[in-house]
Amino acid sequence: MTGHAIHAEALSRQFNGTRAVDNVDLRIPVGEIYGFLGPNGAGKSTTVRMLCTLLAPTGGRALVAGYDVASHPGQVRLRIGVALQDAALDPKQTGTELLRLQGRLYGLSSKAVTRRLAELSELIELGDALDRQIGTYSGGMQRRLDLAAALVHNPQVLFLDEPTTGLDPASRARAWSEIRRLNKQLGTTIFLTTQYLEEADELAHRVGIIDRGKIVAEGPPAELKRSIGSDVIVARVAGDAIASRAVVAAVPGVLSVEAHGSELVIATANGAAAISPVALALASGNVTVRDLTLRTPTLDDVFLELTGTHIERKNTAEDPS
Amino acid sequence: MTSLTTTVTPTISSDVVQARPAGFLHDLTSIASRALRAVPRDPAAVIPPVFIALFFFIVNIATLKKLTGNHPGFSYTAFEMATAILLGVTGVSRAPALVLDVQTQYLDRLLLTPVRRSAILIGHMAADVAVAAALTVPILVLGVILGVRFEGGLLGVIAFVLLASLWSLAFAGFGYAIALKTGNPAAVNSVFLLFFPFLFLTSSYVPRDQLAGWLNTVAGFNPVTYLLGGLRSLVLGNGWEWSQLGQAVVAISVVGVISMAMCFAALRGRVKHSSSGK
Repeated sequence: MTGHAIHAEALSRQFNGTRAVDNVDLRIPVGEIYGFLGPNGAGKSTTVRMLCTLLAPTGGRALVAGYDVASHPGQVRLRIGVALQDAALDPKQTGTELLRLQGRLYGLSSKAVTRRLAELSELIELGDALDRQIGTYSGGMQRRLDLAAALVHNPQVLFLDEPTTGLDPASRARAWSEIRRLNKQLGTTIFLTTQYLEEADELAHRVGIIDRGKIVAEGPPAELKRSIGSDVIVARVAGDAIASRAVVAAVPGVLSVEAHGSELVIATANGAAAISPVALALASGNVTVRDLTLRTPTLDDVFLELTGTHIERKNTAEDPS
Repeated sequence: MTSLTTTVTPTISSDVVQARPAGFLHDLTSIASRALRAVPRDPAAVIPPVFIALFFFIVNIATLKKLTGNHPGFSYTAFEMATAILLGVTGVSRAPALVLDVQTQYLDRLLLTPVRRSAILIGHMAADVAVAAALTVPILVLGVILGVRFEGGLLGVIAFVLLASLWSLAFAGFGYAIALKTGNPAAVNSVFLLFFPFLFLTSSYVPRDQLAGWLNTVAGFNPVTYLLGGLRSLVLGNGWEWSQLGQAVVAISVVGVISMAMCFAALRGRVKHSSSGK
């Protein structure tokens, strides 16, 4: 192992001849929050299931916490915590029973389990609900309990597979806070898959963007966004934006132009300086502009630049992976 | 994100816990304890079998006792108690709960821990044996009230409960095999249908020598015939009839070996299935 919490080389997984994950390389240092971003069906969950030993790779290899996921899955399991995409809970158990059982299965003493339970119950703020059957919990409460179950044994590496999907904004903000704190306080390496751009942007030290099983970009969010320019001008036009693309591309200061439906996404080094020339160019090209906005680039812009489509539109068009 | 600063920030200590393999016995007792805790929360899994057993115990005695009354020294109540016991304990298992674990992905959560895969199955089965033993109690109590006596005393009662519980375990293997293979609760619930041929093609209601020729022949191949023989030897015989008990143990073993082979193969398939991303 090379000091990496997660180290994958050419990690691949095929299902009936289809490559769900295709030669993925990962080098995630200890203590990093790594955001794994991609639309539904991109291969995020399949990658997580391989890294946490639930799924055997069909190609390549991966070391997690220093152990090969294929040849030493037991050693890996001792060192990782996992909160899967859907909260994996037993509705007939109480929250306390589930956490106690979880602790026992990780070989913790009764004393240690009791102590962890006290810490975790404060962490997930379920209060008296911990003594109720899980079947009575709301979706948010189940998510929090699922996170606690993943943390019972203080894992070195924590996998969070879309941990905030389905949560209300307040619960999502709380989850973000806890993820940051776990990372800062315990130095836990966190592998976070998400389809929410702002989540990766807010939390991750580095982001890997996956599309159709391949990593198409990787780096700190700010660096990735800078790679497409300092500012983005978005013009919604009447009709197909492709026809207007050449008009805008010729404007001085414009770095690149992507056209999607009725939308032009224009990357520029100085948005304030370029927005007027862009508007004038569109007007002189007889393009009807419905609205024109200037903003800083987002990870969605990066995804758009790399794959030619918006990540959020892909999510609405495809089923969850 | 400003609201984040208002959340509670308890201290998380990293020095108090160190995950380690818990050991097979520890895994097994943990899983079995969970399975047993779930039993009172799921009364529908245990009340109907006991009710059916008690109902047929009483009805069969009322219906058939007079037909066998001319055999001196023969107690039809004692004879029929073995059948009632099998009705009560056969097919009782936590296999439907295991299907729920598959459906809720809780099985995945278990598989993510260092727990031995076999302990997941054996832990459920250990709980089943305890439940089956408990289910024999009301039937035995009714039998004693109706005049059934154990020649072997308390040890005879224990042997009776043990045989019934082991049979329950052997038959439960089919339920677990179907649960793990299909993940379908309806399929698991229909496993009791498998018992019908076993139950009716044997000496459930009349002694074997009273069966018609072909049925007597078929009964000779039915392991339940020997199980009933062993159970009845404890309440109808003159003490410990080792050949009858030995045949019962062999019959349970044969069924058990087949069902366990099937359910452990299904477990391997399920773990592999999970590893295929399904």
